[in-house]
Amino acid sequence: MPTLIFEKQAYQRNPEETVLDCLLRHGVSVPHSCRSGVCQSCLMRSIDSDPPAAAQHGLKDSLRQQRYFLACACAPEGDFTATLSGPVLIRFPARVISVEKLSRRIARVRLDPAGAFDYRAGQFINLARSDGLTRPYSLASLPYTEDFLELHVARHEQGRMSSWIHDELQPGDEIAVSTPIGECCYRPEQPKQPLLLVGTGCGLAPLYGVIRDALHHGHTGPIWLYHGSRDREGLYLVEELRGLARDHDNFNYVPCLDSPAAGDEDVTVQRAHEAALARHADMKGWRVFLCGHPEMVKQTKIKTYLAGAALADIHADPFQSAAP
Amino acid sequence: MTQSLYEQLGGEPAVNAAVDIFYRKMLSDNRVSRFFEGVDMERQASKQKAFLTMVFGGPAKYTGKDMYEGHKHLIKMGLNDSHVDAVIENLGATLKELGVKNELIAQVAGIANSVRDDVLGRGH
Ligand SMILES: Cc1cc2nc3c(=O)[nH]c(=O)nc-3n(C[C@H](O)[C@H](O)[C@H](O)COP(=O)(O)OP(=O)(O)OC[C@H]3O[C@@H](n4cnc5c(N)ncnc54)[C@H](O)[C@@H]3O)c2cc1C
Ligand code: FES
Repeated sequence: MPTLIFEKQAYQRNPEETVLDCLLRHGVSVPHSCRSGVCQSCLMRSIDSDPPAAAQHGLKDSLRQQRYFLACACAPEGDFTATLSGPVLIRFPARVISVEKLSRRIARVRLDPAGAFDYRAGQFINLARSDGLTRPYSLASLPYTEDFLELHVARHEQGRMSSWIHDELQPGDEIAVSTPIGECCYRPEQPKQPLLLVGTGCGLAPLYGVIRDALHHGHTGPIWLYHGSRDREGLYLVEELRGLARDHDNFNYVPCLDSPAAGDEDVTVQRAHEAALARHADMKGWRVFLCGHPEMVKQTKIKTYLAGAALADIHADPFQSAAP
Repeated sequence: MTQSLYEQLGGEPAVNAAVDIFYRKMLSDNRVSRFFEGVDMERQASKQKAFLTMVFGGPAKYTGKDMYEGHKHLIKMGLNDSHVDAVIENLGATLKELGVKNELIAQVAGIANSVRDDVLGRGH
């Protein structure tokens, strides 16, 4: 049986077991969230050997070179030594500025990162509570016009981090944040390219950043946002987005509800991705952003690709969470 | 000096252009689409790229054994000659769409056909 040495302590690892699964099985508490290689909350560093390529998928070059890897995607052949500490700082303190309810289910959290914090609109960060509980949340703020980091957090029934954020997090509290991650970003090189953005629930957060980034750069191509939710509580920033659509002829905002109630006559009654695919049959030359429900993201990625969008032009952020 | 087939087809940029069209054709082809279900799209696209590089006569990273190993699980799902035919057909249609001359398309189809037995595990 291969041996895993983590923070100088040895553990027996089953063949083909990931580093994360092995540590959790031995009762060692380490940061993790999605357990599927998406969120990077399980970032660690190898001490003695290069990690398997699959465990470095999606990491920045600077991290790869220093042998950082994702513990949930790392099942090395033989013995392996890992640590949480390393030459690259992966967590920074931030202070909570405000926690504000945008609806009963959605909270807007604003953070003041200590010191300079470079990111691009649409990226995400990992939030780490003092006990180590770590979850990824997308950035809705704009780096150059807003001096705070903005997150939109949906409350999940029995969700550990999201309930805590909704019920207990207070202005003035300190929380740790990771460096920004991901490629769900606007690229100013093609200002005429049509953009399709589909988000469900808090999948709006990164899209809200991307859209405002695009408009700020003077994007002239059409921009279509489809925001979907099962009910009204998940449709938020409606007035802000309607205002943006009024001010910018090329920006179209389509709020969608699965099952509308009385008073919902102002929205489209269809799933957001279905409404989008029905209206835009030919996606050749489009850039596509898909965020939120993992199944929606997966399906829509295939469908927009089949409708003609190039794979390299499709940005997908599935909000993957692990089963408890 | 005469140009290699790979150079005549346009090298890596041509492969990249072909991957997008070819993979789309495969996913929308009812004869073969089920072999792609549940497979990560990026990983699949990079495999397609390696495959197209090979049949374009480019710097190949594939051996006959890799071909066999890579398709073993698909043979269990029923992969047979008719599916290889579909692949070659989609490949030809892709190249046609990119404006490649018939004579070069025939050469590419020839290379694809030459790995048929490896893919289907005959002789392994
Ligand atoms: C790249 C990325 C970006 C993301 N961005 C955002 C964002 O901007 N906004 C946002 O709100 N979320 C975002 N997420 C999702 C977020 O990271 C968390 O997964 C989410 O907040 C739930 O975390 P939690 O700790 O509250 O739930 P967990 O405790 O991790 O629970 C996970 C799920 O299981 C359920 N559950 C928990 N305990 C039980 C139990 N005992 N019985 C039955 N069910 C249970 C919960 O309801 C929840 O649905 C993102 C995810 C990724 C991967
Ligand atoms: S990437 Fe490993 S837990 Fe999310």
